[in-house]
Amino acid sequence: MVTETTLPMAGAPSNVNRAGLAKNDYRGNPTTLCQGCGHNSISNQIISALYEMDIVPEDVLKFSGIGCSSKSPTYFLNRTFGFNSLHGRMPSIATGALFANAGMRGIAVSGDGDTASIGMGQFKHVMRRNVNMIYIIENNGVYGLTKGQFSATAEKGLQLKKQGENPYMPVDICMEAIISNATFVARSFAGNPKQVKELLKAALSHHGIAVLDIISPCVTFNDQATAYHSYAWGKEHEQPLHEISYVPPRNEIMLEREMEAGEIREVALHDGSHVILKNLEKGYDPTNKEEALRVSNISAQNNWLLTGLIYVNPEKPTLTDTYNLVDTPLSRLTESDLRPDKAMIEKVNALMF
Amino acid sequence: MNKKVNDFSITVGTKNGSGSSTANNTILRAIFKMGIPVSGKNLFPSNIQGLPTWYTIRVNKDGFIARQESNDIVIAINPDSFAKDLASVSAGGAFFYADDIKFGINRTDIAIYPLPIKSLVRADTSIPSDFRDLVGNMIYVGALAYMINMDLETIHTALSFHFKGKQKPIDMNFNMVKVGADYAKNNFEKKDPFYLEPMDATKDLIMTDGNTAAAIGSIFGGIQFAAWYPITPASSLAEAVIDYLPMLRKREDGKKTYAVIQAEDELAALGMAIGAGWSGLRAMTSSSGPGISLMTEFAGLAYYSEVPVVIWDIQRIGPSTGLPTRTSQADLTFVYSIGHGDTQSIILLPGTLDECFEFGWKSFDIAERLQTPIFVLSDLDIGMNQWMSKPFQYPDVPMDRGKVLWEKDLEELKGNWGRYLDKDGDGIPYRTIPGNKHPTSAYFTRGTGHDEYAKYTEDSDVYIRNMERLKKKFESAKNFMPKPVLREVKGADIGILAFGSTENAILEAQHLLDKENGIKSDFLRLRAIPFTDEVTSFIEKHNQIMVVEQNRDGQLYKILLAEYPQFAMKFKSVAYHDGLPASATWVRDGILEKYQKAESEKQKAEAKKNVNGANPSVKSSKEAVTKKKSTAKKK
Repeated sequence: MVTETTLPMAGAPSNVNRAGLAKNDYRGNPTTLCQGCGHNSISNQIISALYEMDIVPEDVLKFSGIGCSSKSPTYFLNRTFGFNSLHGRMPSIATGALFANAGMRGIAVSGDGDTASIGMGQFKHVMRRNVNMIYIIENNGVYGLTKGQFSATAEKGLQLKKQGENPYMPVDICMEAIISNATFVARSFAGNPKQVKELLKAALSHHGIAVLDIISPCVTFNDQATAYHSYAWGKEHEQPLHEISYVPPRNEIMLEREMEAGEIREVALHDGSHVILKNLEKGYDPTNKEEALRVSNISAQNNWLLTGLIYVNPEKPTLTDTYNLVDTPLSRLTESDLRPDKAMIEKVNALMF
Repeated sequence: MNKKVNDFSITVGTKNGSGSSTANNTILRAIFKMGIPVSGKNLFPSNIQGLPTWYTIRVNKDGFIARQESNDIVIAINPDSFAKDLASVSAGGAFFYADDIKFGINRTDIAIYPLPIKSLVRADTSIPSDFRDLVGNMIYVGALAYMINMDLETIHTALSFHFKGKQKPIDMNFNMVKVGADYAKNNFEKKDPFYLEPMDATKDLIMTDGNTAAAIGSIFGGIQFAAWYPITPASSLAEAVIDYLPMLRKREDGKKTYAVIQAEDELAALGMAIGAGWSGLRAMTSSSGPGISLMTEFAGLAYYSEVPVVIWDIQRIGPSTGLPTRTSQADLTFVYSIGHGDTQSIILLPGTLDECFEFGWKSFDIAERLQTPIFVLSDLDIGMNQWMSKPFQYPDVPMDRGKVLWEKDLEELKGNWGRYLDKDGDGIPYRTIPGNKHPTSAYFTRGTGHDEYAKYTEDSDVYIRNMERLKKKFESAKNFMPKPVLREVKGADIGILAFGSTENAILEAQHLLDKENGIKSDFLRLRAIPFTDEVTSFIEKHNQIMVVEQNRDGQLYKILLAEYPQFAMKFKSVAYHDGLPASATWVRDGILEKYQKAESEKQKAEAKKNVNGANPSVKSSKEAVTKKKSTAKKK
């Protein structure tokens, strides 16, 4: 049996939005993730952002790969078609599916393992193709579903009981996205719901691929380890990771006060470790790619997680834009649109030798 | 010397990348246009330039056009393969060669025709120096044409086709053909018996390759989405789709009703096609063994989540990278149960060019009807070589889009439906397509355990129910499979069961077995898996079934053993795997070996029976058994 907990309610839906829908129309099934998991907070913000943007659930498609993060599309938008695909292969499913309805937007949820390890190839290619979807990476630096292994975004020197020390430099998802010619790249922290929602709304307004790298601490498998950018050195490890079967209820980590532009702030995680968030400076120009890479690089060197909209290019056509497709969604075309006339068979035979 | 008319083989040995394919296709097409049954097989290396390559043409007035193993006429242009090429000429054959190759010729049992190709090309100063090698190939075309009475007019027709009517290259090449023909006329005395004479056997036929046929068939099937990754021998299928779509699906407004995308690898290619199929598009991908291996995980997902998609496998020889430019039928068992866990694949098995066309469109109907991946197993021989074919026939049935619920259907059902509910009892559920605006249309597709309403579950009973329904769906699939092609004779001694491109070799082998060995055979060419009733009755009807296929392990044979355990003793495996297009010789020899072995075993068994019949001890042992039984009963 899986433990089921309900999503924290965001107020009773007394109103409807301009699409004539109540917030309940955007909800999904109860979450089966751990209590206090940052992923649940992100699901809530997706619900809010779509509701507030008056987007009809049937006009969106949900995609995911495999992992804790990839389970989350069932926790929002029940009225939206979804495809929970294979580990690291979500981008290809989404790419094909969005050809059928060039007017529809994809919302994809992936994790750091799903994207930066097994799915790195497809991640890079979906960036360069500028597929019209929001690509959320719920990034916690570990594999949760398989009970605590390093992912490719875990920082060098991170200790996990069973795995020892991580000897590798982490993959910076945002920098990877920018150099792969992504057209919208942002980072946030699950504990900063307001920023998550604002970035989601911006991403929904963007035409093309929108990458949201959201740091979403794992409440269970960071427990015994020096975690993401942690200061918790010397901390006693009390029980081995693989033996965990009981997950103590926890509260989600939330920022007490919103961050100012340019502010650097340490945030304590469940195990007493910290992440350092750095907000982009006021006056930062996110359309300047060189600048985006420069500030990303400085942040990486300082172990800061740079948050905010890092890069945007609103001009580039999406993948389906470049195909000059008919206005009717391809999936609504019928035999008369698709099968050449009978006369064409003679023509074709004549073209053969 | 007895003339041999319209019954011989021609093999050209050249270097890969030397432009000889234009010359060789010209010979093939010219003979075809003379009305004579002909086939051409390109035996080429995995290389862009430099390695030896052969092109072998079979001319046969009786229509036996499988690859012939012996070489009657050999044209040697490549110094690297010269010795081998010379040795390969059958006694009484003819040998043309480029006389700049300075090797001793030690054979006196063949006709020798040296061709000064280099000096003849140089003599024509109008030819730019970088074109000399390319155009030089036309010298042997011309010389051969003169010596065997090939019609120069049909050569011109073939060149016009090849160069799509562009006058300059047509003239340049045709002039060289004439130079070659003139040289032969003035310098050679005919010493070989091979001649062509015009016939009337090909005028209703077309000539093309299976990949082109498959591509055009897919377009008549309403293809909307193709994703692919380059691989020999499948690339030309996707390229033909790209080539013919603009013409065949042209619209007034210039907008497109389709998309073709070159993916980053085969994983992504099938992933994209599945995404598109899930979204309601007629979607396909095409690849070969190594690419199909990469597609395995996605094939399993599409099977379990029930997404329609078409996958063409133009088989080459494996395992691993194998021989990338050689043909095979060795992906059958792999594809048959592709992926981990319990899976069953629907497989279509085209054996002719017009079937490549037909299965091109039909595969989409079957995929959407059954909501599952449809594998079409072609091979390098049929996919890349030029074959004579019946003209393509326009689809004889309207498109079958399968069980799809749109908004009005859901309105009628009051939203009461389940994605994986077996409403009709045939194992085939109803699906909705993304973009459906009805509030109850959406469902969540997953490769994890799911119930009739697409909800996640790990419940054992639900899991079993779902898997049993998928099995039932595979049974229902039999109603939609192309029937096998059955050729029966009176009083057949054996049955032959095969699939795919080996048909010509088998037809000829049957003829040889009858004529030379007095063995009569029936032939059932399988065109799909799961097996239909016709396959079962064919097996029931024959005491011995020769299962002929191009692989090492007898893959179809193994599947038959598993599917028909009650008839296991009837099946004999005739498998061979040299990577070359099938020849009648190996089919005949293989069948004969198995037949004779079975006959001698039968005789031995009968002899034993006769001896035993006169032996009273056997009788008493029988009695003993009966006694034992009766005591057991008493107990």
